[in-house]
Amino acid sequence: MTFDIGDGVDSAVNYVLDNFAPLLDMIAAAIGAVTNSIQATLLATPMVLGLAIFVLLSLWRVGLGFAVFTALSLWLVEHMGLWSAMMETLSLVLASTLVAMVIGLPLGIAMARNDRVAAGVRPVLDLMQTMPAFVYLIPAAMFFGLGAVPGTIATVIFSMPPVVRLTNLGIRQVHAEFIEAGNAFGCTATQLLFKVQLPNAMPSIMAGINQTIMLSLSMVVIASMIGAGGIGNTVLTGIQRLDVGTGFEGGIAVVILAVILDRITQSLGKQRAGLWRALFHRQAQQPLASPATA
Amino acid sequence: MAYATESDLPGNDRPVKISIRNVFKVFGDRPEKAIELLEAGGTKSEIHAATGCTIGVKDASFDILAGEIFVIMGLSGSGKSTMLRLINRLIEPTSGSIEIEGRDVARMPRSELIALRRRDISMVFQSFALLPNRTVIDNAAFGLEVAGIGEEERRQRARAALRAVGLDGHDESRIDQLSGGMKQRVGLARALANEPTVLLMDEAFSALDPLIRTEMQDELVRLQAEHSRTIVFVSHDLDEAMRIGDRICIMQNGEVVQVGTPDEIVLKPANDYVRSFFRNVDVSQVFRAGDVARRTQVTIIERQGVSAAAALERMDHHDRDVAIILGRDKRYHGMVSRSSLIRTNRDGASDPYRHAFLPDIEPIPASESLSNVLGKVAASAFPVPVVDEANRYLGSISKSALLETLDRSA
Repeated sequence: MTFDIGDGVDSAVNYVLDNFAPLLDMIAAAIGAVTNSIQATLLATPMVLGLAIFVLLSLWRVGLGFAVFTALSLWLVEHMGLWSAMMETLSLVLASTLVAMVIGLPLGIAMARNDRVAAGVRPVLDLMQTMPAFVYLIPAAMFFGLGAVPGTIATVIFSMPPVVRLTNLGIRQVHAEFIEAGNAFGCTATQLLFKVQLPNAMPSIMAGINQTIMLSLSMVVIASMIGAGGIGNTVLTGIQRLDVGTGFEGGIAVVILAVILDRITQSLGKQRAGLWRALFHRQAQQPLASPATA
Repeated sequence: MAYATESDLPGNDRPVKISIRNVFKVFGDRPEKAIELLEAGGTKSEIHAATGCTIGVKDASFDILAGEIFVIMGLSGSGKSTMLRLINRLIEPTSGSIEIEGRDVARMPRSELIALRRRDISMVFQSFALLPNRTVIDNAAFGLEVAGIGEEERRQRARAALRAVGLDGHDESRIDQLSGGMKQRVGLARALANEPTVLLMDEAFSALDPLIRTEMQDELVRLQAEHSRTIVFVSHDLDEAMRIGDRICIMQNGEVVQVGTPDEIVLKPANDYVRSFFRNVDVSQVFRAGDVARRTQVTIIERQGVSAAAALERMDHHDRDVAIILGRDKRYHGMVSRSSLIRTNRDGASDPYRHAFLPDIEPIPASESLSNVLGKVAASAFPVPVVDEANRYLGSISKSALLETLDRSA
């Protein structure tokens, strides 16, 4: 006996297409607005200003050595002629990360507060992470047309699970004593969340966002197949024409963007790094006297 | 129930602040069944086997008086920390009532409970439980912030609380820059900042090294002297309990075994479990002179016309070298020895006792701690008399009686 699941999925997709077209258009418009405005801003930014921003961010969050790396590697990207492609890719990454956070953070919080929600959401996350991307690329294109919007949605599906999982985990791992202290001093459930749980779960949540960014970068090439554009196009062109050099240039640009985004976002969950602190926060470090004795 | 006597000390006229009646706490999914078994006389392990439930607190009933330091003591697993958390309902009681000034915490709605925690009860934790993402002052102001008090006022009050616990000038420090003792001062300041009437302290000083622990105990007693609060202090350390506790409640396997003053606990332990606590305690700190004084010496009531001969006769009869001379109102007058009596008698003095009083004997007040008495008794050739605050004779302490006391408890 065989089941024909494929037919069922086909008719479900058709049913959605026939009956929920306005809803799909609304979603497409909303995500399109986010993606397009980010993209327009990034593309309108002069290359020199963009590079300066990246270098300053690197200096502030990571350190002098990394700032030098950022400057040299971005200069390389510019000279490979991939700056605007990289900005397109960056806008896709930022847009999908933003959408993933808007959906993923509340979902992670809900999972942390309710075991049933957690049990229900977990298999969905597994599905999102393991289902081959090409499988939902086609319905995404059918629902939302070609371009950056279905690219963003496909990227969100693949990259959202870490931020959900690590938000849930981070909140659950907040020490019981902090929760007790919060309750003992009369926190409401909302106060407990915002004053105790989220601040203490921050490193874990930031790690989740970092992973989401990394995963969305890994979707760049696949998303370009449905017209998301960016460096993915360069790589895709290289593959299609068996032009190894072009493909490699695109690959290098993706890696450079990945390294820069990774190091900068990793640092967000931590205390600020050395040089910046040394330069601008010297007064914050004061030696402590021995305990006051009464 | 096997919980014991209330004390007769002064201070017992204080009003009851927290009244705990028939409180049970069962951890697990079938608490009703567990309580049923418990009432049928099942033991902890039988109930665990039958229902999978653990008994946290079993039928606890006692009162905590306003303004006292009430210490809950027991070994780990005795339910003392659970008992403490039932008072501010961090743990929900299974049954029973916990009334704070007549309001039942166990049954009050959530909003009222939150208001109570913000205003009346605060807590100090063993592991400090300071929030690492906040500075010292923001930690101290946490309760006030949660209660919705404005930035300016709460910082001011937090600063005052920090000063009160002796932590000045670290307002903007991060928590991980502080030593353990300083951290717990912040914990204490956080608990005091909203000026609660009840302070719950869960092994608050146990994580500190002994020297700092003693310092913090003194700090607490000092704060209590300045501004009297009702403090419920959980401890596993009898020395600590004896040091700071007005009354002590001893718990064993979730049951309250004994409630009483430190003296009562040591002098009349309810069972071997209680006794086992002070096997290692320095009894000379616990006992007072009045506890050890025995009426084994010859006492002579000083009356007009009584000759020294009668006194000598009685001393011979009881085979004693000394006698205590008292007034009719039992007030202590002095101590005489056989030889001093004979000497003054030979001189034919009109007042045979007064001239025979041994010059070096100073009576000891009953409230003097035994550690202070040790030296005097050791230095004296005779038993040392003990008197109460009205100078009435209570008994005397001989070297042998003292040794016996120290030995019994060692």
